[in-house]
Amino acid sequence: MLGYTEKMREIAGRLLSECSVEMVIGFRQGTMPMMNEPCFVTREEDVSSLIWDSNCGINLANYLTNRKEKIAVFAKGCDSRNIVNHIVENKIGRDQLHIVGVPCTGMIDKRRIAGLVEGEILEVSETDTTVKVKTAAAESLFDKAEVLQQNCALCVHRNPVIHDEMVADPVEEQTDIDRYADIRKIEEMDAADKWQFFEDLLSPCIRCYACRNACPLCYCPTCFVDESKPQWVGKGQDPIDVRTFHFLRAYHCAGRCTDCGACQRACPVGIDMRLLTRKLEKDCQEQFGWEAGLSLEQRPALDVYQPNDPGAFIK
Amino acid sequence: MELMGIERDRVHMSWVSSAEATKFIDVVTQVTEAVRALGPNTRFVKPQAKVA
Repeated sequence: MLGYTEKMREIAGRLLSECSVEMVIGFRQGTMPMMNEPCFVTREEDVSSLIWDSNCGINLANYLTNRKEKIAVFAKGCDSRNIVNHIVENKIGRDQLHIVGVPCTGMIDKRRIAGLVEGEILEVSETDTTVKVKTAAAESLFDKAEVLQQNCALCVHRNPVIHDEMVADPVEEQTDIDRYADIRKIEEMDAADKWQFFEDLLSPCIRCYACRNACPLCYCPTCFVDESKPQWVGKGQDPIDVRTFHFLRAYHCAGRCTDCGACQRACPVGIDMRLLTRKLEKDCQEQFGWEAGLSLEQRPALDVYQPNDPGAFIK
Repeated sequence: MELMGIERDRVHMSWVSSAEATKFIDVVTQVTEAVRALGPNTRFVKPQAKVA
């Protein structure tokens, strides 16, 4: 993935100079290590700020909602699936987009790296298979595969599902991945243990809504948690309200979530709310054979009725 | 709800037509029996502030 940067600048420069798009959405270096930020380039001379490495975990589909202009966007596998979602949900037109596919080998988990080294991280550099972390006291080398975000380690759609051009040749997809081992473990618990499990999982939540804001699916003009007439859910840190928020948000993403990991990445206290969205993803796959964001033609699982839809829960 | 830790028998879903009085009675009986067997719900209950 390291050679992508030059190619990306070249593509962005070409698209802007021939005026085939008004804006290019990509990433630029963040102010801190491992915190690359989205970057909106509108002038050809600014394309040199674009970069690509293993810290581009933010989902760029999030910045396409309701845009009116013609946009070029760099899309990893997960981004491309969310772009498909956006098109299917009429949040942007296919003809407005020039999708530049980016074959992805996974993003690194900044929280895990911070936990593996001592002291402040000054610099992080990488090769295709390793990650080098420099702190004031020491330099450590990690295998990239060991410090991947969990959703990237479990990813089975590394290549973009939709694109107008590609930055590089597709990478090999991971096969034989058991995506739901941890979900099954929760399902096997009894009711009291489940309750306690989520009590512990969600207890650090400060209701900052970073997960919601980072999520490309959460584009409602007014989110249910912000509404006050009627007020669906309490706004404080009452455990029941926190739980209501997380479970309901997950439900709003049912059959749409592509497990891009943006929510978990954005969370300042490190809650794995993907356990909720992934349970719904698992149900969608098992009961409807549905995976989100793979095709522009197919209607989402919760959008269609089929006579063989599972209905055993209705008595 | 089940994943969250609410017992399976506490939440029921059924279609009953306005013409199906007997089915309605059956469903209500079954639901009450199932929920009574579980006892009072303590989870997912938000205590309300007591007003004097």
